[in-house]
Amino acid sequence: MTETIKDRAKASGPNRTRGPGSPESAKGKPKRPSASANRTALARIKRDRMLLLLALPGMAVVAIFHYFPLLGNVIAFQNFQPFLGISQSEWVGLDNFAVIFNGDPRFLNALANTLIITLIQVVFVFPLPLALALLLNSVLSERVKRGVQSVLYLPHFLSWVIVVALFQQVLGNAGMLNTFFREHDMATFSIIGVPELFKLLITSQVIWKDTGWGTIIFLAALSRVDMNLYEAAAMDGAGAWRRTWHITLPAVRSVFILLLILRLGDALTVGFEQIILQQGAVGKAASEVLDTYVYNNGIVGGNWGTSAAVGLVKGVVGVVLVLGANKLAHVFGERGVYSR
Amino acid sequence: MSDITVTRSNLVFGRPSLIARGGRAVVLAVACLAVILPFIAVISTSLASQEEISRAGGFVFWVTDPTLDAYRAVLSGGVVTRSVIVSLGIAGVGTALSVLCTIGLAYALSRTSMYAQKPMLLAVLFTLLFSPGMIPMYLVVKQLGLIDSYWALILPVLINAFNVIVMREFFLDLPAELMESAKIDGAGEFLVLTRIVLPLSKAVIAVIALFYAVAYWNSFFNALLYINSPEKWPLQLVLRTYVVNETPMGVDDLVMEGSALPPQVAIQMAILLISVLPMLIVYPFIQKHFTKGLLIGGVKG
Repeated sequence: MTETIKDRAKASGPNRTRGPGSPESAKGKPKRPSASANRTALARIKRDRMLLLLALPGMAVVAIFHYFPLLGNVIAFQNFQPFLGISQSEWVGLDNFAVIFNGDPRFLNALANTLIITLIQVVFVFPLPLALALLLNSVLSERVKRGVQSVLYLPHFLSWVIVVALFQQVLGNAGMLNTFFREHDMATFSIIGVPELFKLLITSQVIWKDTGWGTIIFLAALSRVDMNLYEAAAMDGAGAWRRTWHITLPAVRSVFILLLILRLGDALTVGFEQIILQQGAVGKAASEVLDTYVYNNGIVGGNWGTSAAVGLVKGVVGVVLVLGANKLAHVFGERGVYSR
Repeated sequence: MSDITVTRSNLVFGRPSLIARGGRAVVLAVACLAVILPFIAVISTSLASQEEISRAGGFVFWVTDPTLDAYRAVLSGGVVTRSVIVSLGIAGVGTALSVLCTIGLAYALSRTSMYAQKPMLLAVLFTLLFSPGMIPMYLVVKQLGLIDSYWALILPVLINAFNVIVMREFFLDLPAELMESAKIDGAGEFLVLTRIVLPLSKAVIAVIALFYAVAYWNSFFNALLYINSPEKWPLQLVLRTYVVNETPMGVDDLVMEGSALPPQVAIQMAILLISVLPMLIVYPFIQKHFTKGLLIGGVKG
């Protein structure tokens, strides 16, 4: 992502070519016909053995737990039997994808729920951190601002189990709110465990947990805005809204678009832990999403092949969405996640 | 100090009217209360006695006569104690290993001259864009014989690419002269890392360590997938069973002898609070580093 810019800055930096033996001098100018360019790979590996050794454990984990499992996706094309393993299981071509393309009702239900939840979250939840950041940015007292930030960051560090438990204790039938209503002889109401309200419930949980944390990146972008711009705008008689519109918002635009693209990449991934924890109370019709479908159908239900097929399609769609959104960002002259 | 900030805010937003300021204050206050109030209620209820709970009809918002009975019961050596030890162990071992591996990888990737640096960096970056999928991941963990082993909660999440990138950016921002002069003095890469880079990087290491520790402490999904024996459950699974699913705690789960059981609500709230406590203790010390640590990776990326 940041690599190209960084390297260019490095290669042209003034203090980067100190002595021919310094490791940096070999980088950035590949066409130099000196001894360093002729070094064989073996010699370079030997020279960098300490660095490579330092990187080894981390790279091994990345290889084993991020890249190697990709191969496991072949079971999407198999009638996979756990006791036979990948090598012995029967190949079935695209049969497993039939659940998707023939419209298995359970799959369609999961897909519909996923898309609805994504839509709600992108439209209503996604802009909230920016709004909150603008609000915080306009707070006069630095001390108040920092205090509020400390409080609002906290829920991000709580696990979904804790968040769901807290929501139950506050909003549940025997929870705080209903206890209070009963005390004062008012009608109680139920939010937890009602299928019709489930999407509202999980949306409010997401807002509670991560809105504050989401402001960090916007506040950072805002803190980098040159104060002279505001001063100049004030001199020219721009009011509060004009200053916001012409200076503040453009300053956060690229960050906003970057985050939106990454969010789109997760369009088919909606809160697995959060939902699986509450699925028992509301039933699958309202709460099944693609991730829980893969879990319930595959690991719990033993339909490994079809679940892997759904997971594979979901992963591919995610990558395509990121690449597509990034392309679109380039068309509109934004930098996007990575440069062209 | 306050003079500067007042001018700064006035520049950003103009001089706000009284109503606008009041409106902002209300919004922020409501947001803060929405975070704080549930905690106060949880703490109060966990400390409440049976009489107080029945008087309040289930939930105690402000405890008047606190008792530690629920904590005593929960931590007397039963299910909760065991899972707290499991979670602490996983968080401790996991965080130590993760931080070491992340430092090594991030430092190597920050040396742009290193052999194969570019492909390795790309390989790490790509993991941010895709995940292998739940089923293949399960098969790999199973293949490695890690099912029902504590290592299944550590190894698959040992390296977080985002943390590697943040730390690498931090290393790249350190003054290059320092490292080069050390090298001229004959120090190898390992000495440069341990004697020069690491002492300058305490803030970012603290933040990254917190991120890893939180991830391990909160480990729920992997535990659900990979841990079959209830006696190996980490705290989050216990929390789900006894608080979210409201399975009542019996004498067997608590290892209590003789005395009466504290109220179930108090027990549940005690478990909930125990699971939040480490976070609440560590958080204030590290919180001030967030912005610094995150911005490096965030805005530039």
